[in-house]
Amino acid sequence: MNAEALAFYALAAMVVVGGGLVVQSRNLVHAAVSLVPTLLGVAGLYVLLHAEFVTAIQLLIYVGAITVLILFVILLTEGATGLRVPQRNEQVPLALVVSGALVLLLWAVLLRVPWGPPAGTLPPYNPGAVGRSLLMPYVLAFEVTSLVILACLVGAIVIARREE
Amino acid sequence: MGVGGLLAAVWQVEIVRMVVLAAVVFTFLAVGGPLFLVLAERKISAWIQARVGPKHVGPHGLLQTVADTLKLLYKENILPHRADVVLFSVAPILVAVAALLDWVVIPFAPGWVVRDLNVGVLYFAAVSSLTVIGILAGGWASNNKYSLLGALRSAAQMVSYELPLGFSLILVATITGTLSTVRIVEAQPYPAYLYPSVVVAAVVFLIAATAEANRIPFDLPEAEAELVAGYFSEYTPMRFALFQLGEYGSLLASSALFTTLFLGGWKGPFQIPGVGPVVDGLVWFLLKTYAVVFFLMWVRWTYPRLRIDQLLGLSWKVLLPVSMVNLLVAGLLVVVR
Repeated sequence: MNAEALAFYALAAMVVVGGGLVVQSRNLVHAAVSLVPTLLGVAGLYVLLHAEFVTAIQLLIYVGAITVLILFVILLTEGATGLRVPQRNEQVPLALVVSGALVLLLWAVLLRVPWGPPAGTLPPYNPGAVGRSLLMPYVLAFEVTSLVILACLVGAIVIARREE
Repeated sequence: MGVGGLLAAVWQVEIVRMVVLAAVVFTFLAVGGPLFLVLAERKISAWIQARVGPKHVGPHGLLQTVADTLKLLYKENILPHRADVVLFSVAPILVAVAALLDWVVIPFAPGWVVRDLNVGVLYFAAVSSLTVIGILAGGWASNNKYSLLGALRSAAQMVSYELPLGFSLILVATITGTLSTVRIVEAQPYPAYLYPSVVVAAVVFLIAATAEANRIPFDLPEAEAELVAGYFSEYTPMRFALFQLGEYGSLLASSALFTTLFLGGWKGPFQIPGVGPVVDGLVWFLLKTYAVVFFLMWVRWTYPRLRIDQLLGLSWKVLLPVSMVNLLVAGLLVVVR
């Protein structure tokens, strides 16, 4: 086993253990904080793939913003912080069947893909290439996405202020 | 030795290098951060308020913070009643480590940078936002309403001020065409027609960085008059010291990033005679960084604290629109020229 494989398994363990804690912990705050190692592990996997830009964005958006937002909402919700919430209900067997099927499907796909070294060389400077492809070939999709997000923002504010 | 053996050797060398650099940066942070800055803060506040400040421990009170640190090491670690043990212990470490990670991309002198990432500035913004999680976790785990309130205020504040801060970073990236801190320093001085935009961005950055470091006039998370000490009310000796390390470490890191982005980093107005480029760069870099730190302390002891609505209003209604217009103008200028 070489160093890269070692790093991969360490990071993968971090992601899996963290993810397990997120879905198993009975304490909401613990579950939210367990997201941090999970998302950090994913960021580490991006580093292994030499995707520095995606790593930084992963840290900035998921670890720095989304997790903080989730924690913020949990702490503002009265009564939810001290509560022990069971994370299981009577649908456990159904969930097991569905996730088992998903694992089988993914396994079948992963076995069929010819994994080889990628063709050609990577572009030398990721952020510039990402920016150019967002604003040139994919500009329509990019703008439509921003419009959808804007509509969501306005909608959320309208719903939140209805009582006034 | 085969290729695999060589790779393994390189990998182990890299791990050793990483540990040594972490130790060096941490020592610099601990000595140049809390140990020196707390003393500087007390001396400067005393000077501004026409007092004497610490005077008795060592010559002119120079050893005061060393004595304070020793006292912290000797005191008992207290766990509050019904606190959340795991999160309570992890939170201060998370805050201190986030402050430590900032320093990976700060260039001290030509060639003196831990790692010149090609997304350096973005990396800085990303890891400094990890602090919030530590603060939120610590505030909640303390099982104290004042701690929780302080933590919530801190989160609201940091999330709001990250945006103007980000816009200042984007402006610099637009002008220099790079996100690497080393290449940003090399690209300075900026062209003269961009000075107005750069000055506006620098002012916005400084205000936002003060808010991110939770300092007066933005120190609502730990407003002692209303919240005892905010999110670290319940913390005793070494864990409290780690929070202080995180706070002063991020203050120092923000000043260092300001120096890198707007004050020319390691470049001085003239070459110091008789020394190499590394020493010259190091001297100028530290001089500028501590000048920014002095400025922030000056502000802290001059202005009163804002109210929470004023604080959030300043970010969303003033700084954010100003930085957006500023970025638009600078972008136009860069494209037109």
